[in-house]
Amino acid sequence: MKIRLSFLLCAMAATTVQFAFSQGMSVPKTVEAGKAFSIQSTGSGKASLYVIGLGQALKRDVQLGEVITFPLGSLCNAGRYLAVLADDASTQSEQFDVIAENRPAEVSFLAKPSRLPVGLHDGITGAVYVFDAYYNLIFTPTPVSFELSSPAGTVQRRTVETRFGAAWTTMDSTPQQGIDKFVARAGSISSTRVVGQVPGDPCGLKMSAGQLDQQLQLQTEPVKDCNGNAVPDGTIVTFTESFDGVQSTVDVPLKHGVAQVQMAMHDGATISVASGVVLGNQIRWKK
Amino acid sequence: MEEVTMLKPLLYLGALLAVSSGIGSAQAKVRVEPSHLQGPRVLPEQTGTAAIRDYLQSWQSANAALEQNRPDLLDPSFVGTARDKLTATIKQQAALGVRTRYQDLSHDIQIVFYSPEGLSIELIDKVALEIQVLDHDRVKTTQHIVARYVIVLTPAEVRWRVRVLQSAGD
Repeated sequence: MKIRLSFLLCAMAATTVQFAFSQGMSVPKTVEAGKAFSIQSTGSGKASLYVIGLGQALKRDVQLGEVITFPLGSLCNAGRYLAVLADDASTQSEQFDVIAENRPAEVSFLAKPSRLPVGLHDGITGAVYVFDAYYNLIFTPTPVSFELSSPAGTVQRRTVETRFGAAWTTMDSTPQQGIDKFVARAGSISSTRVVGQVPGDPCGLKMSAGQLDQQLQLQTEPVKDCNGNAVPDGTIVTFTESFDGVQSTVDVPLKHGVAQVQMAMHDGATISVASGVVLGNQIRWKK
Repeated sequence: MEEVTMLKPLLYLGALLAVSSGIGSAQAKVRVEPSHLQGPRVLPEQTGTAAIRDYLQSWQSANAALEQNRPDLLDPSFVGTARDKLTATIKQQAALGVRTRYQDLSHDIQIVFYSPEGLSIELIDKVALEIQVLDHDRVKTTQHIVARYVIVLTPAEVRWRVRVLQSAGD
């Protein structure tokens, strides 16, 4: 669709031509990708015209003295080309450039990471390369807008101009967990990535202790990160009891937001709680 | 956009990397400019050196593939758009009975972008080339061109591969 549209535009627009004269032909110095163009030959008789580059190779049998027309879509790949006009007696060569259209048609967008903890400054990066309808990199500085929006409605926006077709930005992860949309837009073309934001490390980890039969009953308060997001079930909480030089440790996964366990009850024991590198409160048990 | 000037000039790379291919067997002169890198990520010198080495080797792959009209020779060095476009060119050449010989005479390279996630490097290279066009093994012309190329490299298993190779005028 994009390419068809580009072809239509090609048909409507006239190629800007600056001629570089040579003995046997005049060749436009630049041709916009996909647009029609022509080469004027001089002389008489038959010859072959080669248009050769890394991006394409064409050959035409031509009548010297005539205008050789190339319809739209003939040369679509940007780059340096050689036009070589050769007959049995002589060869004429000229160089010209095919340049990208200045209309973005494809945004190659890489966002990293796809999942990260909430509340990280510059935690998300996005990088884009902007292409035209023929996958030529557009070198003309082009504004690219980046937008990161969370389900809660917060939006971060940045606009960056491309340099040699590339642009990048960083964004902060938002305070709320959830699935954010990260959009890069150049002209009317946009590309969207999804960034999952998960709770951070537990914050203010706190437990309480009580007696249940002859056991010590330990239970945390609902475990949340520093932004108030519930830490996911399955996160391991470690209870450690120290008594008389002996240490007992139990790892318990969070269930319904809390961790609970029963441990041996010793008068004067010290109990601590931790999750990962986060330490919680400490209790000294006395009957 | 933040600009970070870094990466010591890899000026001696040229002495280490000799590119020979194409029409004769002359070696390309390689000069690497100090980088004016955009992007937040620091480019380790070793990574920059490897990327440039692999990029220079890609000219040998392209030269061989275009001279022999063998797209398979592109595989070690090219990927994505660059490979697709070069493959199409080779098929067009083969259909026309045309071959081309590219000899890269010199490179003047600057690294301009290292993407934040480390998955692409963009270079600019002012390349001097000698191009020979052959039609059914008859040399039609030999031309000298100087053009500035923009190259995007992406990492593969053990090397950097060229994803975009596009000239940007003089």
